[in-house]
Amino acid sequence: MSSVQIRDVRKSFGGFEVLHGVSIPIEDGAFVVLVGPSGCGKSTLLRMLAGLENITSGTISIGDRVVNNVQPKERDIAMVFQNYALYPHMTVADNMGFSLKLRGASSDEIGKGVKRAAEILDLIPLLDRYPRQLSGGQRQRVAMGRAIVRDPQVFLFDEPLSNLDAKLRVAMRTEIKELHQRLKTTTVYVTHDQIEAMTMADKIVVMHDGIVEQIGSPLDLYDRPDNQFVASFIGSPAMNFLKGKLKANGSASFEGPNGLKLPLASAPANSDGRAVVYGVRPEHFTIADDGAEAEIVVVEPTGSETQVFAKLGGEQVVAVFRERHQFAPGDKVRLKPNPSLVHLFDEATGKRL
Amino acid sequence: MTTLQTSAPAQAPTAYTPSLWARLKVNRNWMAVWFMLPAAAFLILFLAYPLGLGVWMSFTDERIGRTGVFVGLENYQWLWDDSIFWLSVFNTLLYTIVASAIKFVIGLYLALLLNRHMPFKAIIRSIVLIPFIVPTVLSAIAFWWIYDSQFSIISWSLIKMGLIDHNINFLGDANMARGSVIFANIWRGVPFVAITLLAGLQTVSPSLYEAATLDGATNWQRFRFITYPILTPIIAVVMTFSVLFTFTDFQLVWALTRGGPVNATHLMATLSYQRGIISGRLGEGAAIATAMIPFLAAAIAISWFGMQRRKWQQGSNND
Repeated sequence: MSSVQIRDVRKSFGGFEVLHGVSIPIEDGAFVVLVGPSGCGKSTLLRMLAGLENITSGTISIGDRVVNNVQPKERDIAMVFQNYALYPHMTVADNMGFSLKLRGASSDEIGKGVKRAAEILDLIPLLDRYPRQLSGGQRQRVAMGRAIVRDPQVFLFDEPLSNLDAKLRVAMRTEIKELHQRLKTTTVYVTHDQIEAMTMADKIVVMHDGIVEQIGSPLDLYDRPDNQFVASFIGSPAMNFLKGKLKANGSASFEGPNGLKLPLASAPANSDGRAVVYGVRPEHFTIADDGAEAEIVVVEPTGSETQVFAKLGGEQVVAVFRERHQFAPGDKVRLKPNPSLVHLFDEATGKRL
Repeated sequence: MTTLQTSAPAQAPTAYTPSLWARLKVNRNWMAVWFMLPAAAFLILFLAYPLGLGVWMSFTDERIGRTGVFVGLENYQWLWDDSIFWLSVFNTLLYTIVASAIKFVIGLYLALLLNRHMPFKAIIRSIVLIPFIVPTVLSAIAFWWIYDSQFSIISWSLIKMGLIDHNINFLGDANMARGSVIFANIWRGVPFVAITLLAGLQTVSPSLYEAATLDGATNWQRFRFITYPILTPIIAVVMTFSVLFTFTDFQLVWALTRGGPVNATHLMATLSYQRGIISGRLGEGAAIATAMIPFLAAAIAISWFGMQRRKWQQGSNND
């Protein structure tokens, strides 16, 4: 187990910079999730950590060793690939023992290592099978088994669950998290799925267009997003944004499109008239007599909650209610955001106010 | 009591009953036969019939212009005692084994090279194919000039460079001639092996190599434990074809040496042509050609067992 330090790392592909100075501290034993939309550079960063891509500038250290020029096999890391990358011509046992075999371990040692990992992952009955004979979830476990056998300093996961169906994905999510709690190996996990990030991570790194937007614990990111991008990326359904102006004279409030007025707990100093984006999470709406009038467009009940799409000041917003309101499209309701849970962003920079 | 009439009344003896032929024309089970008939006709006419005729001829003393009579194994007995025939068998085996082995090594090497990222990849790949697309006789004539005893460009260059002082007798010396025709065959055959293996290599997922790199494999180990085993089914197919083409080669040798000097480069195919067509002893020529069949069958048998789907390729396919 080791800490990992990523310091001001840049990556260019033929003059085109895809990572613009990324710094991420990763503590020993942490489960860090790199999350962001596709093309944000998260997979590239992971591959640089693995040694599969060169580092254009900056440093990456594993433990207290800078690994910029260290060969992948000497970095003492193990990686689980999106397509699992299982060797099709080897049995499960051979797949898992391949790294030990290359290290020159005795067949006794290999057998022990494979057995230990197979026990952890419940793979004992599958050891003699070939990858083609396994289901998606089993292949996924073999790929993890191959990583565990090596007992590395750091585990790297590159979107490991994206090839699984929805139900299996949820199950494997729990399994990976539980595995980490048992092994306590430093883990870097790349995904584009914010739910995976929220549920699994000790620390989430939100990336966008080659920069780090915010680093923090899942609930930190949820409660205090640094900017509009993080606010929109974390949380499902996504946060609602309304453009408008602050009124800071007297009691603070927000003036949105078409004369819409929404409450604020407080406004930053000297911000009267400032152009802002008013962000409110769907679950922070309530129905109240002093709310703003909205017209229901679509109602989507899921059983545990109801998602309501409505026009508020001419803009479509989504609200989520745990209560079972009887709404019909076209109904007029009064929606009120909880003022203490509202987020304000600068309209020009998108930064949190 | 009334009896329920379930079948049509049989009071119409003049009703139309289709003939057997008419029923066969529309019968679903015969449909497949009709569809297969054109292909079967072609195969029988152009493959099975000539093959059968050739084998039959090898048991006769047929000559050009004279129908033969059945002579049993006489042609084969004759060949058994013919040292030139055995020389051609030796030449054919030497030619096939040496050329195929070298074609495999060079072809695999080229395929691995072309599988890398490099500038002008597409152009280089098409250049590699050139020897394969040039008509055999054309390239044979080119080689004939290259190997010419007086005007050889190789001899000329080496003399100009001061490395040798007289022309090399490429096609005049027995072993030189063997080496020369083998070289020409390799030159022609490498592209086929290289391009086919390249196609196989491109089906190997790059992430397998990345996984192997992280597992600590060196370049050689990646080839030995990943590339080679995954490629074996394709290697088996390619090498079967390569061996069959080489074993039955005729054009190149005939254009370059006509089997000379002193039969040193006679292959079974060229000897069969010389005895059967040039000398007109069709029966004997057919016997030589028929004698190739066991060798070819053996080559196919070896690859048949080599090509059998390996265990890792079987099983449920849910990807």
